[in-house]
Parts: sequence; structure tokens; C-alpha cells
Amino acid sequence: MKHPFRFRSLSRAMRRAVPIACATLAAVVSATSAAAPDSPRADDQIETGRYLAIAANCAGCHTARPNAPYAGGTALPTGFGTFYGPNITPSREHGIGTWSADDFWQAMHLGKAPDGSPLYPAFPYPQYTAMSRADSDALYAYLMSLPAIDTPNRPHELRFPYDQRWLLSAWRALYFKPGQATPVTTDDADVQRGHYLVEVAGHCTACHTPRNRWGATDLARSLQGAVMPDSKWYATPLSGDAAGLADWSEDDIVQVLRTGFSRHGTAAGPMGEVVSHSTQYLHDTDLRAMARYLKTLPAATPAKPPRAAPDDAAMVTGARLYEQHCASCHGAEGEGAPPHWPALAGNASVKAPLANNVVLSILKGGYSPTTAHTPQPHGMPPFHALSDSDVAALATFVRNSWGNAAGPVNPHQVTPLR
Amino acid sequence: MIRFRPQWPLRCAGKPGAPRTRRFGTALLFLASCMPWAVQAHTSEEVVPGTMAARVAACTHCHGADGQAGPDGFYPRIAGKPAGYLYAQLLHFRDGTRNYEPMRYLLQGLGNQYLFDIAQYFADLRLPHAPPARTTAPQALLEQGRSLAINGDTARGVPACAACHGNAFTGMQPHIPGLLGLSRDYLAAQLGAWRTGLRKATAPDCMAKVVEQLTPHDIAAVSAWLAAQPVPEPYVAAPANSFSLPIECGVTPLPGTRQP
Repeated sequence: MKHPFRFRSLSRAMRRAVPIACATLAAVVSATSAAAPDSPRADDQIETGRYLAIAANCAGCHTARPNAPYAGGTALPTGFGTFYGPNITPSREHGIGTWSADDFWQAMHLGKAPDGSPLYPAFPYPQYTAMSRADSDALYAYLMSLPAIDTPNRPHELRFPYDQRWLLSAWRALYFKPGQATPVTTDDADVQRGHYLVEVAGHCTACHTPRNRWGATDLARSLQGAVMPDSKWYATPLSGDAAGLADWSEDDIVQVLRTGFSRHGTAAGPMGEVVSHSTQYLHDTDLRAMARYLKTLPAATPAKPPRAAPDDAAMVTGARLYEQHCASCHGAEGEGAPPHWPALAGNASVKAPLANNVVLSILKGGYSPTTAHTPQPHGMPPFHALSDSDVAALATFVRNSWGNAAGPVNPHQVTPLR
Repeated sequence: MIRFRPQWPLRCAGKPGAPRTRRFGTALLFLASCMPWAVQAHTSEEVVPGTMAARVAACTHCHGADGQAGPDGFYPRIAGKPAGYLYAQLLHFRDGTRNYEPMRYLLQGLGNQYLFDIAQYFADLRLPHAPPARTTAPQALLEQGRSLAINGDTARGVPACAACHGNAFTGMQPHIPGLLGLSRDYLAAQLGAWRTGLRKATAPDCMAKVVEQLTPHDIAAVSAWLAAQPVPEPYVAAPANSFSLPIECGVTPLPGTRQP
């Protein structure tokens, strides 16, 4: 039988956007897996599981519109090939209908399928491994309460040798320890909860922490920013660096997770998806806990040598293009018209260490996500008709104007992002 | 606010008295600027944040400042199309059942209600139509297209376009689009995409059933004829249920309404 959590390959995959999510609740955990069906305790447990599934953004990988929720099919492109999130509804044939709560715990905590075969860490069990048993049981109870959808799983499309599942044993021996998570050294229960939401349930690390060439997250550089597994978007640092959250207040962090917008910019690309499907729905206390935990992270990056100065010709071309295409919304001084049109002066994505996000925003445009707070967001047009050198000049200009000093962008950096 | 700025034929201007070769070039430019596809997609500087016109700047960049169509026939007119039709297309693009990656990417974070708001915004825009492009199609082909569009082909069981899209090809509220005012390339591309399964409508997909009976020659003929027709003003979709369809078509439920 094919069961769901069989991800192959080592994964960078997890870094994808989807992640943040998770969360919550270690606390809510009062219901136990032993609660009788239909009892109030069972209802509480299912509700806990529902909230956890949102916090973990399970739908990000396991729901492919227009199909039914959690029936699988979402593509997760990585350097190892493309993973497809499996069906996790209670379908006995295609989902997890034959799994017990122990089987589910084995997947979450040990990264193993019920038959003991190793799962690909595109399924973020290296983060979920630190989830409490009670939360795993709640998630299981919730998923088993859903309608069974008999949608077959789409096999992963992985390159050799990553399609050789037995190789995962070596990977696991090197890079996976059950129960492992970044240490949190505080007695503050609120911060501990934020840690649990960020590092475990929300698996923010899956995208925001650099990985080695075999796709293992480097916990020594936890949350210090990384390019996503599809080699396109850059998950910005969440550490206390200037490029990270040094200038962000807790309120700013809560606001961006709740609404997709803050004075530092707009959640775009994969992070927009996370806000849209996950963080906007979390309780205020949980978003606050996440913000408090993130603000405890130190500035880990050593001071970098000054970046190369931008080329004058590129700045002149960029200024002309900016005036022509961008200034009517983002303002002559990059001031924007927040919250509708984000400022580019001081924008975290614009002045990020890597230029990927600003280049992708120029090429693809985009909407910030619809949320309860922002039901009708503003959209930016795609400018994919511009040449690579024009996009590079424009990106160079906005990264080095109005107080931004993030260094030049080369046309060769633009080509692979198309 | 965005204001509609017609680029044709008002801005056709040549310079008398120029040297002969230059005059020839100017004449070409003059002709070109009078073509309907010279309608410029542009975003006005006057867009005010917080308005729908500003919210849909991502759309109007390609589809024209007021959704009147892009300059080259690739980006179709969206202004004035029935809201249910536009809404269904937005859902299909977002969910990947109509394939165009830039549209999928733009819409991926948007909820159904907002997609309907956007659809309604463009459906409510009333703009004059450009005259049809001068056709280069042979008369015989046009005649075949006319016949198919108006009469269908009973021998092959192909219904007329008019049977569903209305006798004046205006479409019907809220789900059936009008067929005039679209470029020949766009029409042929859509019919071709249905034929190869790339484009689908909400199930049951009645367009797919019709198109599978069309030959490439039929598609060329009907596209050429429809694109050559002037658009009668006012060009508005017929009221809902004002005529019955010869074939069962899927209906996308609209937000706030129940599926019958």
C-alpha cells in the first residue's frame, strides 16, 4: 500500500514557503488520545488538531486546489526533484485511513512510515520530531475526523540517486536525531511557546535556516536566512541582524503575520502563502509569543565587508526605468503609500542580502494575500517584458537609493529567476 | 481614477510635405496607429490607492488601463464581460485549470470573494469598442465562419455559436461571454486550447464537447469571421435565462449564491 508520508529525498524541500505555519499549541493539549469518540474531550482534541493543522500549514503541501482539503497533490520543487504532498485524509486506500495514532506519531516523531521505511524529509519531521505526543494525537484526531477523499497520490519525481529511498538511512544517521530542536534557554513560558510555534509546529526553520548540500538544516545557523529549495525566493533572516529583525518591533512581527503587511514591507511569494493559509488565523497570544521568541534571537552574522558599489550606468538606467514604471505607485523617493503600496526605502526584502526577492517581484508582480484584515489587497503588475539587464538596473537602483545600500545586481542573476 | 484614453483614431496624424520616403514611412505609421491593436495598455499616473482601479493595477498593466485589451491581441478585453464568466476564469487561472503561469502566480493568495469583486469591477466597466481589425482572410473562409457561427452544422451536430452566445453574440448573464471585440488570434488560440484539452470550462464542459467536433479549418474560419465583425453599441450580455441552451453547461457557483 502506498501511504502518504513517503517523501523522498533529502530535502531542501522543506524550506519552501509553506512552512511557517505551524504551531501552536502545546498547551492546548489537554485532551488526550484516549478520549472517547463524540465526548466533549474528543471535540476539544479535534479542535486542537484543527488549529495545529493551520499553524503547521499542513494544507500548504497537502492541499492542491481545486481538490478537496488535505487530499494531496501540491508540487514541491527542489534541487533533488519534485515532491508531491500526499493525501492525508482518512481514505483507507490513498490516505492515512489505516493508520493508528501510534503510526502517526511514528511519522511525526521518527520520520518513518507505518511499515518502518524512512520518509523523505521534505515532510518536515526534523522539526515535527520535537512536537508533543498530545499534539501529534490531536492532529491525528483532526485529520481522521475529515471526510475520506479517494484521490490517488502522485509519485514524486526525483533524480537519481535521490529516488533511492535506502539512502535515507545514511542521511538520517548523519543529520536526524529524534526529539531534536534548537535549544531554548528561558523560563518564560510565553517565549517557550513562541519557540515551539516557530521551530517545531510552524517549522519556520524549514525555509529560513540554511541547508547543506544534502538538504539538512544547519542548526548552528538557525533562522539566519536561506534561499528556498526551488532556488528562487530568499527566506530573509529572522535573527537579530540588521538584515533580519533587528529593526522590527514585536508589533511589526505580529502585524506582518496577521495582515501580510508591516512598515518594513509586504509578505510576498511563499511567505504570502503562509500568511494567507496559516498565520492570519492564529490567536493573538500565539503571534505575540512567536514575536517575543524571534526577538530573543541574537545577531549571528559577523559584519560583512562593504558590498561593491553599484555601477553608475546601471543606476542611471535604473532611475529612468523607476520613473517610468514604478514611481507612480512607490513614489519618487521610494516612500510608497502604505499600507496599499509598500515603501521601497528601508524595505526588508529590497535591501536583503540577496536580491532574489526584489528581482522576482519585478518579474512576477504579485498580490499580498487576502486576509480578514485586508480583504482587498493591492496588486503589482508583472514586468517580465523588461530585459534581464533592465531588471538588473532597476533592482540595482532600488537597492541603492533613499538610504538603501544593498549592492548591485547583475543581469546574470536575473536570468535563472525567470 | 483611471481615465479611458482612446488611442484611435484620434491620434492618427501624419506630416504633410515630408520627403517622399519619409512620407511613406509616416503613412505606414499613420496606418499602424489607426489599427485597433494600437490601443495602448497603460497605467494612468492618476490612480489613487484604496480604489478598485488601484487594486487591479496588476491586471490593467496587460489588459489595458480599463480592461479594454492589450495592444497585441494576446491579452483579451475583460471590460464588460459577464461577472460570472470573469470570476470562473479567475478561479481556473488561480487553481491551474486554465494554464497561464503569470496569472496563477498573481492570484495564488487571493480568496474567492475578492476574485468575484475583481470580476464585478471589470464587468461593470462600459467602454466603446475599437473597430475590428481589417481582415486578411479569404472571402470563402469568412463565409464558412459566418455560417458556422450563425447556423452551426446540423449534419455534423455542431451547434451554432449563436445558440449559446446569443443571436447578436453578446453572451448571456452571468456566465456566457460575448464573442465580438476579440482578436482572431485570441479566439483561435482559445478554441485550439479547448481542442487539445489545455483549456477547460466548469464541468460539464459544454465548450469542450462543441470544439471536439471542429476541424482546424473550422476554427480558423469562425475565428476570422467573429474577429472581423463590428461591435454594436451598446454591447451588453443578454439578461440571465433569456434563452435556453441546446447543451448542458457547467455553472460556477458565485459567492453568496447557492448552486441550484
